Amino acid sequence: MTKVFEKPKALCDVPLHYCPGCTHGIIHRLVAEAIDELDILGKTVGVASVGCSVFSYNYFECDMQQAAHGRAPAVATGIKRVHPGNVVFTYQGDGDLAAIGTAEMVHAAARGEKITVIFVNNAIYGMTGGQMAPTTLLGQVTQTSPYGRNAENQGYPIKVCEMLSTLEGSAYIARVSVDSVKNIRNAKKAIKKAFETQIEGKGFSLVEVLSTCPTNWGLSPVESLDWLRANMMPFYPLGIYKEK
Amino acid sequence: MSEKVLMKGNEAVAEAAIQAGCRYFFGYPITPQNEIPEYMAKRMPKVNGVYLQAESEVAAINMVYGAAGAGARVMTSSSSPGISLKQEGISYLVGSDLPCVIVNMVRGGPGLGGIQPAQSDYFQAVKGGAHGDYYLVVLAPSSVQEAVDLTMEAFDIADMYRTPVIILGDGMLGQMMEPVQFHQYKGRNLPAKDWATTGTNNSRKRNIINSLFIDPQELENLNIERFNRYKQIQEKEVKFESVNCEDADVVLVAYGTTARVAKSAMSRARAEGLKVGLIRPITLWPFPVQVFQQVARTAKAFLAVEMSMGQMVEDVRLAVNGLKPVYFYGRTGGMVLTPMAIVEEIKKISGGEKND
Repeated sequence: MTKVFEKPKALCDVPLHYCPGCTHGIIHRLVAEAIDELDILGKTVGVASVGCSVFSYNYFECDMQQAAHGRAPAVATGIKRVHPGNVVFTYQGDGDLAAIGTAEMVHAAARGEKITVIFVNNAIYGMTGGQMAPTTLLGQVTQTSPYGRNAENQGYPIKVCEMLSTLEGSAYIARVSVDSVKNIRNAKKAIKKAFETQIEGKGFSLVEVLSTCPTNWGLSPVESLDWLRANMMPFYPLGIYKEK
Repeated sequence: MSEKVLMKGNEAVAEAAIQAGCRYFFGYPITPQNEIPEYMAKRMPKVNGVYLQAESEVAAINMVYGAAGAGARVMTSSSSPGISLKQEGISYLVGSDLPCVIVNMVRGGPGLGGIQPAQSDYFQAVKGGAHGDYYLVVLAPSSVQEAVDLTMEAFDIADMYRTPVIILGDGMLGQMMEPVQFHQYKGRNLPAKDWATTGTNNSRKRNIINSLFIDPQELENLNIERFNRYKQIQEKEVKFESVNCEDADVVLVAYGTTARVAKSAMSRARAEGLKVGLIRPITLWPFPVQVFQQVARTAKAFLAVEMSMGQMVEDVRLAVNGLKPVYFYGRTGGMVLTPMAIVEEIKKISGGEKND
């Protein structure tokens, strides 16, 4: 009998801690599939960040480092500079990357650091219980924007891909989504392309993945996907923002 | 034997690191340590190493974390305000048991403080400047030559016990020039870094560098294991110098450049017939407790002198443990002590005019 579907080798055979309906699991799988297809598991080093994906060091079958909140691109820089032959990726959420880690993210891109950043944007702080994130949309209700995010008081959401694509060091910057089969397939292509960009030594690569947080959005998994399409996609348009 | 060369303290520390096999340096400019990154920027490309100027001290220490986790000999340097920024990363390095060397050429504080020499970061270095249960090995050179020798050894100590090591200098040590020799350093036998994230090469189990342990029992066990290593460090790595303590009535206690001022004060006092000795801790952690217990049997009093409002003096009091009075004299904010002033303090102690 031919196996038509199996767990990627790059994914550990352990239960994930993510909430039901969360799309982290899909994104983990896409990263693992890309690693398998490029046959780079043995030379890949991942960097986990702080947030829901903090335990991702338990989920990828490659060497892993766990970084302080926001510092993953700096940690990845250290690893890559010591072992330029390794493939180094970070897996970061929007709070980690676009708030506390803004400097590390921008400067890793500006240096053209040959690393790959998987940036999961669910417009909220998930792990700490649903507080406002730098990517929270205007009007969006969170634990710390209980009356809806208000531009006057809390400013505007950050568009990471648009910002990073202006930097010379950025070689591949794309925004994808995992809300539908079609978009999941595109997300996979982008993630693989980002790793290839690194392997070819072209510079910094980042894939922003629009993701859901049913638990903290207070919606069912299916409603969450609808909410993502109706609210996130118009503000965070999908596409390739930079390709060298 | 290598020839003597005249070098600035900062440059000598940088060269010593390279000679000890350090090939990765991540830094950020701050006075009075700029000659370290500047020297590294020049030298690292010539020895196939990496010098990288980070966007902040925060990023620099996290690059150190990544490089140390990847198995490299790695260093960063800064001065007081910059070291404060590195504290988060230092705690993570400790929590993940990663070896590295961190240089602090201390300047006056708090806040932006000043740029003149100070020793007011003693507590931060010795008592744990960041969160969690931990110590750092803290080495305090008092000359450029000693800075060279200790920097070389620092990498071995770091690798041996899997701990960050701090070289605690000051603006004076960093800026002054002295003749130095770079002796061929005989390295220690060190354990293999089989924990490093080098890529599994599909031939071993994956390595994980991590300081997060949700199970409290696991976290307690790891802390206890780390403190067992600290115990070994306390038993094997203590370094100090003691001079003229055998017949001394008053024993000066000073480290780093201040110890040189204290030595001059001791000579002047001896010339005036006062029986004065000196204990110079070279490792500030582990603190050389035993020598104080010994000297306290014969000395009448201790006088800690520091470029601070009184920080090491607390460890002197703990080490002397009430056996004899412990006095303090210090200048701070970048003011440097003079031998004359120290001699005056000694005379006040001898004359019973100084309160401990």
